[in-house]
Amino acid sequence: MDWIFFGEISLAGLAMGGLYSLIALGFVIIYKATRVINFAIGEIMMFAAYLFLAFAGGMEMSAWIALPLAVIGGSLLGGVIEKTMIRPMLGESPISVVMVTIGIASILVGLVEFIWTADPQLLPSFLPREPVFIGELYLAPKIAYGFLIGAALLIIYLLYFRFSRGGVALRATASDQAAAYSMGINVRRVFNMAWVFGSLAASLAGVLVAATGGLSPQFGIIGLSVLVVVIVGGLDSILGALIAGVFIGWLETVAGAYLGGEYRMPATFLVLAVILVIRPYGLFGTHEIERV
Amino acid sequence: MRIGDAKQSYEADEAIWTTSTQKLWFGLFLLILLVFPFMADSYLLYLGCLVGIAVISTTGLNILTGFTGLISLGQAGFMGVGAYTVAWLSVNTGLPFPITLVLAGLMAAAVGILVGLPSLRVKGLYLAIATLAAGVFLHFIFAEWESVTGGMGGLSLEPAHLFGLSFQSDFMMYFIIVPLAVLMVLAAANVFRTRIGRAFIAIRDRDISAEILGIDLLRYKLMSFALSSFYAGVAGGLFAYFYRVVTPESFPLSMSIFYLAAVIVGGMGNLLGGILGAAFMTLVPEALKLLTAALTPFYPNAPVFMSPMLEIIFGALIVGFLIFEPHGLAEMWHRIRRFFRLWPFKN
Repeated sequence: MDWIFFGEISLAGLAMGGLYSLIALGFVIIYKATRVINFAIGEIMMFAAYLFLAFAGGMEMSAWIALPLAVIGGSLLGGVIEKTMIRPMLGESPISVVMVTIGIASILVGLVEFIWTADPQLLPSFLPREPVFIGELYLAPKIAYGFLIGAALLIIYLLYFRFSRGGVALRATASDQAAAYSMGINVRRVFNMAWVFGSLAASLAGVLVAATGGLSPQFGIIGLSVLVVVIVGGLDSILGALIAGVFIGWLETVAGAYLGGEYRMPATFLVLAVILVIRPYGLFGTHEIERV
Repeated sequence: MRIGDAKQSYEADEAIWTTSTQKLWFGLFLLILLVFPFMADSYLLYLGCLVGIAVISTTGLNILTGFTGLISLGQAGFMGVGAYTVAWLSVNTGLPFPITLVLAGLMAAAVGILVGLPSLRVKGLYLAIATLAAGVFLHFIFAEWESVTGGMGGLSLEPAHLFGLSFQSDFMMYFIIVPLAVLMVLAAANVFRTRIGRAFIAIRDRDISAEILGIDLLRYKLMSFALSSFYAGVAGGLFAYFYRVVTPESFPLSMSIFYLAAVIVGGMGNLLGGILGAAFMTLVPEALKLLTAALTPFYPNAPVFMSPMLEIIFGALIVGFLIFEPHGLAEMWHRIRRFFRLWPFKN
C-alpha cells in the first residue's frame, strides 16, 4: 500500500469533510431552532455560488468583494424563503414542510437554469495557487485554503452561539420554544435568524466547493451527502455535525479514490444504514421520548 | 336535491359505493375509459398509458405514506426492481406478462419488506432518509450488477404477449394498463375496509396508541411496505413493457420525489386524491410542452426555456398546494361536489 498516496487522499478528504461540516452546521442550526429539515440546502449553496460567478465573473469585481456579496445574497435568500414559504407551514406535519423545501429546491434549480443556462461553469479562481505541503504530503491549494476559510467561519459560529445574546436566544428556543417565548425571546425572529445563519454557512461552503469542483445546476446533489452527515451525526447535534462531516468527507474521498467514483454514494449510504440500525437518532442526536 | 345519507349499519358506512348516483357515475367513468382508446389519437393514448402507470404507483405510495404515515423516498427504486424483474424474466424465460407482472410485484414487495425493517426503530424524517438510502443502493445495483441488469446499457425486452397476442402498440398496452389500474385502486379501497387497513390508519394517527391497542407495529408496518412496493413493482413492470427498455437512469431519485409530490398534490390519505394527483402531475408537463410548441412560432427561444420552466412549475405546484390547499386536489373536488349537492343553498 502506498502510504503517501493514502495520506494525500485522506488529507483532501478531511479538508472536503471540513466543508461538509460547515454545510451540516447550516442544516443543524435550522433544524434545532425550527424542526425543519431543509432539503433545499444544496440548492441554496448552488445559488450563492452562481451569485459569486455573476459578481466575480460577469461584473468583474474583485473576488474578495464578490465572496461576501454572494454569501450575503445566499443568506438573504434563506431569510426570504423562511418568511414567505416556511412560516405559513408552522404546525403542519414534518413531511409537508420537507416537501415544501423540496419544492423550493426545484424552483431554485429552474431559476438558475433560466438565468445561467444548464451548462457547467467554471468559477474564476481567487485562492492562492502555490501548492501546500504538510510534511511530505501534497494538498491542492484550493482545497487547503477553502478548508481554512470554512474553519474560520465554523469557529466564529461556535463562539457566537456560545457567548452572544442571539446565540443564547437560539439555544433557548431550541431547547424549549414555549419557555423561550414566555421569557420574552422573539421566537419568530429566532426562526428567521436560524434560516439566515444556516444559509450563510451553506452559501460560503457553496462558493468554496464550487471553486474546486466547478458549477452546474446539478450542484445541489451535494445536499444528499450532507444529509447523510447530519443523520449520522444526529439531526440536532452541532458536535455531531462537525465530527460526522469530517468523517463522511474522508470516507467519500477514500472510497472514490480506491474503489472508483461510482462507489462514493453507496459507501456513505452504507455507513448511514449501519448507523441508523445501531443508533437510530445518530451518534449524538437526542433520543426523543414519546408518550401517548 | 339530496343533502345527506342516513346510514343505519356499519356495512352501509363502510361500503365503497354509498349511493346509486355514485354507482351510476362510476359506470359512466368505466364506459369512458373503455371508449377512449377507440376515439383518441396516438398521443392521447400514450398519455393515457402514462397516467395509468402513474396512478398505480401513486396509489401504492399513498398506502404507505398517506394511510400508514411512513414517508418513503424509495418509490422509484421499487419500481426499478419491478421493471428489472420483468425485463430479466422476459429476456431469459419468455413467460407471458400476467406471470411476470405478478412476480415483479412480489419481488418488489420482498425488497420493500427488507427496506421497511428499520421502520420500527426509526420514523419520520429518519425513515425518509433510510428509504432514500435504499433508493441509492438499488440504483447502484442496477448500474453495477451487469450480468443481470446489463449495467448502464440496461435491458431491452420483447413486447408483452399472451395467447398469441402481442401487445406492441400503445393501443394494446392501454388494455393492460388501464384495467389493471382500476382493479388495483379498487383493491386498495377494499384494503381500508378490512382489519389490516384499519391498523394502517391507526398507526398513522398515533403509532404508540396503536401499539397499546394491540396492533403489532412491525408486522403491520412491514405489511404496508410490502403492499406499497407490490404496487410499485407492478407499475415498474408495466413501465418496462411500455417503453421496452430499462436502464438505471429510468428510475432516478427525482422520480421518487415526483410520486411523493403526486400524493401530496392529490391529497394524502385519499385514494381519489392519488388518482387526481397522478393524472395532474403527469399531464402538467405535457400541457407545458404543447404550450411551448404553440409559442415557438412567435418566440423562437421558447424551447430553451421549457426545461427550466418545468422545474419551476413543478416546485411551485408543490409549494403552492402545501401552503394554500394542504388537502390537495381531492379537497377541491369535494368542494365542487358539495357545491352542486347543496345548491341553491350556500355551502
